[in-house]
Amino acid sequence: MISVLLAIETALLIEKLVLIVVIISASLLIAMYSTYAERKVAAVIQDRIGPNRAGPFGILQPLADGLKLFMKEEIIPNTSNKFLFVLGPCLAMLTAMMTSAVIPWGSQVNLFGRTITLQIADINIGILYIFGVVSMGVYGIMIGGWASNNKFSLLAAIRGASQIISYELAMGLSLIALLMLTGSLSLNTIVQQQLDHTWNFFYQPLGFLIFLVCAFAECNRTPFDLPEAENELNFGYHQEYSSMKLGFYLFAEYINMFISSAIMATLFFGGYDIPFVNDTALGGNIGLNWLALLQVLALFVKVVFFIFLFMWVRWTIPRFRYDQLMNLGWKGMIPLALINMLITGFLVLLKQNNWHF
Amino acid sequence: MEALTKRVKPLERKPMNVVEKLYLWNIFKGMLITFKHIFKKKATIKYPEQKRPFSPVFRGLQILNRDEEGRERCTACGLCAVACPAEAITMEAAERKPGEENLYREEKYAARYEINMLRCIFCGLCEEACPKDAIYLSETFAPANFGRQGFIYGKEDLLIPDPVKEPEAYAKAKGNRAKTSLN
Repeated sequence: MISVLLAIETALLIEKLVLIVVIISASLLIAMYSTYAERKVAAVIQDRIGPNRAGPFGILQPLADGLKLFMKEEIIPNTSNKFLFVLGPCLAMLTAMMTSAVIPWGSQVNLFGRTITLQIADINIGILYIFGVVSMGVYGIMIGGWASNNKFSLLAAIRGASQIISYELAMGLSLIALLMLTGSLSLNTIVQQQLDHTWNFFYQPLGFLIFLVCAFAECNRTPFDLPEAENELNFGYHQEYSSMKLGFYLFAEYINMFISSAIMATLFFGGYDIPFVNDTALGGNIGLNWLALLQVLALFVKVVFFIFLFMWVRWTIPRFRYDQLMNLGWKGMIPLALINMLITGFLVLLKQNNWHF
Repeated sequence: MEALTKRVKPLERKPMNVVEKLYLWNIFKGMLITFKHIFKKKATIKYPEQKRPFSPVFRGLQILNRDEEGRERCTACGLCAVACPAEAITMEAAERKPGEENLYREEKYAARYEINMLRCIFCGLCEEACPKDAIYLSETFAPANFGRQGFIYGKEDLLIPDPVKEPEAYAKAKGNRAKTSLN
């Protein structure tokens, strides 16, 4: 009996390990090419061409950038706290990667006689987990800024912390309205509910808007990139960093962007649901494995669109002033999210009562 | 404060209305503008492969001219050095020896002729000052160099190729636009 259990456990372990390796390397690859895409998008928006020297169309540019970062001198400032200085970028990278664990990337595939769910962990508190990990992400910024022992870095770290705290509130409130509709915190369940039905976006447009704005703030992207405001704080929290430690910080930003795009697609745009197609019927026609592949592709198309949106906004609008940021967060986003929550709650109750008062 | 001129326009500073306070509509308008730019013609010139045509009056690197028989025209009179506002030109004169008539056009010539391209401002006053048609500004500009010493151009860098011995190189150095001005 024990040996049978053990056999299953080993297979499960291997399955999950493979899944983790695949997802982590995929998100690293996507983050790598996000840097390239960012430069290209910036270029075409500014009527330029962008990187086009390394390889055809410059597609080897991320490798060249990475090589450059690796070759740079590793500097740890004399007066810094060495342990925390190294911990900062590691933490930023770790938290950026950890979020990908609960995102369902596709339905199921049948491989080697096993049904494999394309999700690392289908935990029933998926959204809470994401919130927990994302709010840990600010520790990367804070520790990095503090350990640098530099006034600009410290200011940037404080800015980052207060900004993320302010916007996390509105983000959470906007999600509460969504959770009233879904009744579940598990991301897989939320996607299943949207599969072949109306996407949550059409029930919660305001909620999505608030979530989108807060996601921009959480990822420290323009217009909310105050922690790295070049013209006020030189380079923000990663000013003292060089070589791959700086690379980790920059990389973590792109992974964050990728993951939050995936979360937005999952929560509001049907996750791996293929639009205009009945997924179950399609699965019956072409087999589950092919369906899963198409679903992963569908999710990635949505994710790519959101990443493009992130970049599009970045190269369109300037940065907010700090008081504007706080005004928007506390006086704009949170009341809006509260109103959205109240209206949703009211409608949900009304529906439970068969639309009678 | 009273306005100093009549052309001062008072700036309207109204408080933002509701739509403006939401930022979203204006952000959306801005995003439409940037989206249009994606499809616009790119202003980039892919430099080493593509080169921008210079204006016909472009003032580039100096060139020391020769006459039809390939003799140096410069007589080291020093007028270009006097005219040069950046004091970039230095020269040493020497007397032509018998038997050098095929090298130098007049009895006096420049034994050493140097232009410091880091000082030169490419104003073209040397070209205007020269009574012997000996110095011209060409269509090229000074290439990059790692040392300052490399920017001091001597006679061997400045002299145009001999039209008798190397007619092709001479034609290339002369360029397309020189027809009217030379001779």
